[in-house]
Parts: sequence; structure tokens; C-alpha cells
Amino acid sequence: MIVGITARAPSTSAPVEQRFGRAPYFVFVDTETGKAESVENPLVDAAGGVGPRAVQMFSEHGATVVITGQVGGNAARALGMGGIKAYAYRGTGSVADALAEYTAGNLQPIPL
Amino acid sequence: MKIAIASGKGGTGKSTVAANLGFTLALSREVALVDCDVEEPNLHLFFPAPATDVPVTTPIPKIDPDRCTLCGECGKFCRFGALSVLKDRVLVFPELCHSCGGCTLVCPQGAIEEIPRTIGRVACSSPIPRLTLVSGVLNEGEVQAPAVIRAAKALSKAHPLTLYDASPGTACPVIETIEGSDACILVTESTPFGLHDLRLAAEVVERIGIGAGVVINRSDGQDKETLDFCRDRGLPVLMTIPFSREIAAVQNRGGLICRDLPGWEERFLALFDGIGGVVA
Ligand code: SF4
Ligand code: SF4
Repeated sequence: MIVGITARAPSTSAPVEQRFGRAPYFVFVDTETGKAESVENPLVDAAGGVGPRAVQMFSEHGATVVITGQVGGNAARALGMGGIKAYAYRGTGSVADALAEYTAGNLQPIPL
Repeated sequence: MKIAIASGKGGTGKSTVAANLGFTLALSREVALVDCDVEEPNLHLFFPAPATDVPVTTPIPKIDPDRCTLCGECGKFCRFGALSVLKDRVLVFPELCHSCGGCTLVCPQGAIEEIPRTIGRVACSSPIPRLTLVSGVLNEGEVQAPAVIRAAKALSKAHPLTLYDASPGTACPVIETIEGSDACILVTESTPFGLHDLRLAAEVVERIGIGAGVVINRSDGQDKETLDFCRDRGLPVLMTIPFSREIAAVQNRGGLICRDLPGWEERFLALFDGIGGVVA
């Protein structure tokens, strides 16, 4: 399973970014192999409509789970239709911390 | 002749000038008054009358799932996020679409067709003899104000004399309104804020390249700075409406000073002659 986490920098040790579509980086972690891939988000400075476009990037990377702070309405709809689940991580920890919390079942699902 | 009425900011009395000028002109000739402030049209408040609605549509993409290979090109192209290509389908967000038509062009499969979607309407009425009121109304939550403005302008195209009431500010809807006009009336107030916004509006008009004149509204008589600015920019001051209780009272009850107060019909006619001079 591939989990996508919004991050401030390109690494699993980077802090989690609370914004979804405008997060500077997306870190995709394959939970089976433990491999992580960081992708720079080209939408950080986009004028609008970043949500649905970010969802397309998650879909392209095969993510079925998203961990982020909050998700806007259009992005939520796209995630829902795309069968991608979203979980809220409100802490100040790293991408790895958020992933550990998710694996431990401690994260609240974001309603889509 | 097409005259736009604009102001750098809201609340300067732009619609008041448009309504009074329209009413005055209709006493002697055919005139179309077009409310281009489509997010908050208010000219109909001066002229209550039954209206005929014409819907305004704009093309949005429709994906043919049989042809679509989910290649993702359309979603990558759309800079407004109106398309999201997922694993098994393409999602369309109609409210985000700006109808640029680009996705239809980039789709390698020819899987995108454009279908019309209603985003607003144009309401037409004839509230008094010789006056046609055309109001553009953008539906709540929609982004394409210029499309509704274009539709409102198109519906009034046949009229020899047209007044366009622009939305406040200097953004795209204002430019859409002013473009194609022969002259522009800039409505301002003689306050520091008013002057700042007049400067912005004057720049827009200058850039579009049409002549303009100024109406100073709610003047307290201390208009020196505004007058200096207008002289420096070569903008004739065509009319000054003083701040007075009498005028405020008429306006507060939605009345027209050209109809309800003596002498104002003549002044609005003089305003029309003045802006005609700017065109020539
Ligand atoms: S027409 Fe333009 S704005 Fe609308 S979905 Fe297609 S690319 Fe996006
Ligand atoms: S560009 Fe055409 S084929 Fe590719 S995802 Fe979009 S609609 Fe489908």
C-alpha cells in the first residue's frame, strides 16, 4: 500500500505540512517495502484549483491513503471519488512520525 | 455611442449616476442601460419592472469514458483544477472551469466534448418608455463574470446609445465592461481614498485607450486635490454632485435626483453633452 504524506521538505524526517494542495512536497511511502519517494509539488504557487490537481498526483503515484492536516471541499470530493482515504495528522512531528501514528491506528479519518 | 460608467471602488455612487443619466436620456431618446456589475447588479432597484430572462451558458468539458485512456493530459493541462484524472475516471469540477477549451485540444483521444452549462442570466426589461434595462446576473459561486458581461453587452448591441454600469474596482470584469466603449465616465468622491481609486481607474481607462471624464459625487466643496489630479491628467470634470441632505434623502429611498429634484435633469443632460465631447 502506498501512503502519501504532505511535507515541508523532501524527506521522511521533514515536518508534516498541514495544507494539502499547497504542501511543498508529497512523500509517498510504500508500506510493504518501506521505500519512500519525495515529489516536489508544482502547485504551491498556483492561483487556484490546487486540490483536484493534487489528488490527480496522488492517484498517479498509486496512493490509496493520504495523511495531511486539512482538505478542501473539491479535493475531498476528488479523493472520495478516487477511493483514496484521508487521515488527519495535527501534530508537529515528521512524516515518519505521522506514518507511525497511522500504522498504530491513532489517526482520525477525514470525512470525504 | 457606448459609454461606460466606472469607479475605482464601490460605494461612490456609480450606479446612481448611471440610473440618473439613463432616466434623463430616455426622456428624449432611446437608450439601453446595461448593468455589468454582474456579481451585485442593482440598477433594477431604481427601475422595478417585469423582466425577461435569457440564460447565459459557458462550455465545459464532458469526458467520453469509452474513449478516455486516463492518460492524465487534460488534468495536467488545466491550470484551474477543474479536471482530476483518477485511476478509473476523470472528475470534472464545473465551478472551477474557465471554459478555456484547452483540455479538448490537448486530449489525444478526442474524448472530450464541450457541453453548455448555465452560469447566470441576463434580465431584460422596459421599465419606462424608451429605456431598455439589461441586467447581467452571475449565479452565486460562479467565477466567470466576464462571460455574463459579454452576454449582457451582446444583448444590447443593437441600441444606438448604450450606458454600461461597470462593477467597482479595476479587475477583469471592469476591463471587459469598458472595452469597446467610446468613452468612460469615472465617478469619484473627493476624499483621499476616492482620489487613490480614481487614479487606478484612470490608469485602466488610459491603458484601454478611450477618453474619459470625471463626476465628483458627494462633494463637500473641498475638491482641490481631485481637481488638480484631473487637470494634470487631462480629465475634464463633467459634473459635481454636492453632498446635501436633500440629495441623500432622495437616494436613500431609491429615488432619482433627475426626476425628484428641480434642475438635475438639465445637469445630467449637460453631463451627456460633456462626455460626448470627450469622444469627439
Ligand atoms: S476548458 Fe479549460 S478551464 Fe475548463 S476544464 Fe478544460 S482546461 Fe480546464
Ligand atoms: S486527455 Fe483525454 S484521454 Fe487523457 S485523461 Fe483526459 S480525457 Fe482521458
